[in-house]
Amino acid sequence: MQTQINSRLEMKGNRRYIAAVLSAIFMGIGQLYNRQWLKGILFLFFYILVMLNSIPYFLESFHNLRTLGQTPMQDHSLFLMIYGIISILLFLIVLAIYLLNIRDAYQNGRLLDQGQRPRGFYTALKNLIEGGYPYIILSPGLIAITVISILPMVFSMLIAFTNYDLYHSPPKHILNWVGIQNFYRVLTMGSWSRTFRNIFSWTVIWAFLSTLTTFGLGGFIAILLNNPQIKFRKIIRTILILPWAIPGFVSILIWRGMLNTNFGVINRYLAEIFNLNNIPWLHEVFWARTAVVLVNLWLGYPYFMILITGILQSIPDELYEAATVDGANSWQKFRAITLPLLLFAITPLLIMTLAYNFNNFNIIYLLNDGGPAVFGWQGGAGGTDILISWVWKLTFEKLKYNYASAISIIIFIIISGFSIYNFRRTKSFQQEEMLK
Amino acid sequence: MISSRWRSKLNLVFTYIFIIFMMMVALFPVVWIFASSLNPGDSLFTSSLFIPEKATWRHYIRLFRETDFPVWYWNSIKVGAFTSSLTVLLVSFTAYSFSRLNFLGRKQGLMGLLVLQMFPGIMNMVALYVLLNLVGLLDTHLGLVLIYAGGAIPYNSWLMKGYLDTIPRSLEEAAIIDGASRWKIFWRIIMPLSRSIISVIAIFNFVAPFGDYLFARLVLTSPKNWTMAVGLYDFISGQFGRHFTQFAAGALLAALPITIIYLSLQSLLIGGLTKGATKG
Repeated sequence: MQTQINSRLEMKGNRRYIAAVLSAIFMGIGQLYNRQWLKGILFLFFYILVMLNSIPYFLESFHNLRTLGQTPMQDHSLFLMIYGIISILLFLIVLAIYLLNIRDAYQNGRLLDQGQRPRGFYTALKNLIEGGYPYIILSPGLIAITVISILPMVFSMLIAFTNYDLYHSPPKHILNWVGIQNFYRVLTMGSWSRTFRNIFSWTVIWAFLSTLTTFGLGGFIAILLNNPQIKFRKIIRTILILPWAIPGFVSILIWRGMLNTNFGVINRYLAEIFNLNNIPWLHEVFWARTAVVLVNLWLGYPYFMILITGILQSIPDELYEAATVDGANSWQKFRAITLPLLLFAITPLLIMTLAYNFNNFNIIYLLNDGGPAVFGWQGGAGGTDILISWVWKLTFEKLKYNYASAISIIIFIIISGFSIYNFRRTKSFQQEEMLK
Repeated sequence: MISSRWRSKLNLVFTYIFIIFMMMVALFPVVWIFASSLNPGDSLFTSSLFIPEKATWRHYIRLFRETDFPVWYWNSIKVGAFTSSLTVLLVSFTAYSFSRLNFLGRKQGLMGLLVLQMFPGIMNMVALYVLLNLVGLLDTHLGLVLIYAGGAIPYNSWLMKGYLDTIPRSLEEAAIIDGASRWKIFWRIIMPLSRSIISVIAIFNFVAPFGDYLFARLVLTSPKNWTMAVGLYDFISGQFGRHFTQFAAGALLAALPITIIYLSLQSLLIGGLTKGATKG
């Protein structure tokens, strides 16, 4: 209402433009010109402070970010890089305040042009708090995310474009920007690209196998237990979801002990009952892969079992009764009613699980360290290694930070493409009308 | 008629057989680790599936007398409690803004949260290490709590926003008419209504530090500061299985409270997960 009336008021003079230009040249002058003394002096003070202190600092850290330092042992490229990123973030904040200052000068100048009194300092402050309410309550989370996720993420991504590895590690050496060389090498260079292709294809197979097996077994059990003729269903369910309730870290390590080739209880029973001797669960690629899929099945089926039980119970009985009246047998009822409803409800969760398993570091690393080692593969990669566990090895064992970073950017692109596609399909996203 | 009844009987028998088999599979590692923890020997080799003849509680007693196990337990509880409270606080604010308030950059922010959680956390470790080193928070629980809580925001905000979206706005509108401030609406209406999703987030984030090995290992260097996962892993690292029985006892004690929480709150936890994720 207020603004509508204002805009219809006649403008006298060009105070608003002059104030805006003045504030653009020197923060606070426009405010002083509008006779807003306190605000003007604060902006002025801020500007002088920034000009004297921060701008030289910004210039220096931008320069350092570009060169990553000059003298080894004195300049630490990693620190320079982090300071550079922090400077960019701080610079953006200063820039925002600068733009705010111009906007403020323009708006109050316009009020003066209309022959009104500009807003006083306290009203302005109150307006700021009122209008900025969403940002104020967002800020704690935003600051935490910026420091703990965004900053490290930008840092890690930048590493992919440097030569940071064991032989070029600061502070002994100065890092250099190398463009997309790391990506080029990982994807095309002889044994590296062979390793990458092998691990990539196993990662995809693993993601699908682990998701589909847990979904299949969990769904099968849920459907079996949905039969009201079965007694003690509550107790049975509680026992069956036990693997979900035990912390994964503990149970994976327990499985690691049980699968031990020589001393493990699994091989001992297999030998006693089926006379199978010493299956190399953790030492041969085929068996190691079988082992991670099976252990993951043990860990993961309860999740789908509980989900699917919930979905089955939400299907109204009338549908089945109507089908019975029409003379459908139980298989037909399953095909025509249960399965479509089930798949409809569970598809987004299936895709989420797929994305999760794509990066399921814990089971791969804790069960078998990604092993067994495969001859000729680069970067310590083993037969059960998926991309993310390979990244871990490259980072913490081989100290090939540059390749690790390049590979994680590749993972990131794949997973986010995947997930954005998935979320676009869900209802909550369509209501948001995002990405349109 | 008879044959179809027989068939359904037969079906039932097979169902029972399969379910009993699955229950055995589910229980097998638990029984085995329990038996191992009572085993008088030290190594993996001596472990068996049955309660050993000379069963002993020795390993449990030794855990408390000779190792830092109680300290690790306490550390995990401490880190878990702080992580959980901080996460709930930060996530509630974030989720509330994204669900209820209109502001410039809202859609981009939501999208950003979604994308952020896709970047492999492992890659952030090097940078986080350097950052913690810069501010002197290496080998402190505060540093670890900050990493956990900060990393938990994107996913949990989506989870809680999905839940908040299902709460009708009419209540808040009524409160606005009654002259309640936004602050009051948030604390008196939104927070009580989202109690169930808040407890889900609180529980998951309390439990998470018990199971995380990677970040705890990175941040905490001195054994006195270790959390449970780091300590337990230490029992079996090196020559695998040499202190296996001790690991078994520790693993059982570590898993027990969490398992009880999960089992008793299963419907709440799973319900919270799916409601936030699929929504409708």
